[in-house]
Amino acid sequence: MAAVARDQDRKAFAELFRHFAPRVKAFLIKSGADESLAEECMQDVMATLWHKSHLYDPSRASVATWIFTIARNRRIDLLRRYARPEPEELPWGPEAAPDQADVIALQQDSTRLADAIGKLPEKQRMLIHRAYFGDLTHSEIAAETGLPLGTIKSRIRLALDRLRHSMS
Amino acid sequence: MTDIQHNLPDDILMGYATGVLPRAFDLVVASHVSLSDESRARLESLEAIGGAVLEDVGTADIAHDSLKQTLAKIGGMAPIRRPVPTSGVFPTPLQDAVGGDEAAVRWRSVGRGVKQCVLHSDEDGTARLLLIPAGRAMPAHSHLGTEMTLVLKGAFRDADGVFTRGDIEVADAEINHQPIAEPGEDCICLVATDAKLKFQGLLPRLAQPFVGI
Repeated sequence: MAAVARDQDRKAFAELFRHFAPRVKAFLIKSGADESLAEECMQDVMATLWHKSHLYDPSRASVATWIFTIARNRRIDLLRRYARPEPEELPWGPEAAPDQADVIALQQDSTRLADAIGKLPEKQRMLIHRAYFGDLTHSEIAAETGLPLGTIKSRIRLALDRLRHSMS
Repeated sequence: MTDIQHNLPDDILMGYATGVLPRAFDLVVASHVSLSDESRARLESLEAIGGAVLEDVGTADIAHDSLKQTLAKIGGMAPIRRPVPTSGVFPTPLQDAVGGDEAAVRWRSVGRGVKQCVLHSDEDGTARLLLIPAGRAMPAHSHLGTEMTLVLKGAFRDADGVFTRGDIEVADAEINHQPIAEPGEDCICLVATDAKLKFQGLLPRLAQPFVGI
């Protein structure tokens, strides 16, 4: 991801594409898109990833998380035919060279989270999947997922504090 | 930025993270998250579940020339620049909805010095800006559904405490509350409702069809 952002590296992009394109497409199909719409939408998502790569902050999100948000937004825009209001981008950051310890810790949190989802009883795991496919209404979603979000939340919070600090 | 006392509950942030909130609520959530690092961190941690789901979802066959087509799209698209930081009272998503900052709002008087401007309304909900003069009360009301109130300027007080810039109050059906603007400065709020409010007093009730609150 860093190589894509820094050097506009097409080989690095192709690698990301190979891993994520089939997953993004599967995500869109499970979210209700048909084959051809999912293909086109997935290509848009991957193109957006290229163009926004310099906004990606590895101390706040895994690449998968970041791509999920792009895919989700694209799905909503297509479904509702308007651009959904998004929080403003922080006017600063990501830092040119984010602290590697922060990046690694965030990756470990993400892995832990994925493991925790994998270990959930099948029924609950599928419920979480459906929620993120946009398949459950807001009142059907249990906010309490039982997933270990505490550490990842504090880490993101810390990263935001540092960004603000470094600029003031 | 860090002294925001009243943040969004997780179920609303979860609704936003999964993309199922009505449009009126999306606007309020995006505006609040722009002002609150605490809510931003919680939203981003809920989005991390989405990242894990994306890894866990399996794969679909992609077109044989998929990468080539995507690279062609990339060639034709301008890079997305980091947006210039907004200055002003309204955060970016709200400025986009209004078409500018505070000065661009086309207020309509709804009586007793209270003004409003409806930004969006559909069958799922309504988003509006409300201006309550300093020291004045909003008409007492209860509502059929959820109501979210984000303070942008000034402050108000109700049974749950004082709400200042960036603070958000989420009220469920049938809470009868009467926010009063704190003295000193007019209070501007962004309010989303998912069903028509019911006013308590006779006069405001008569006015409701015209006010549209």
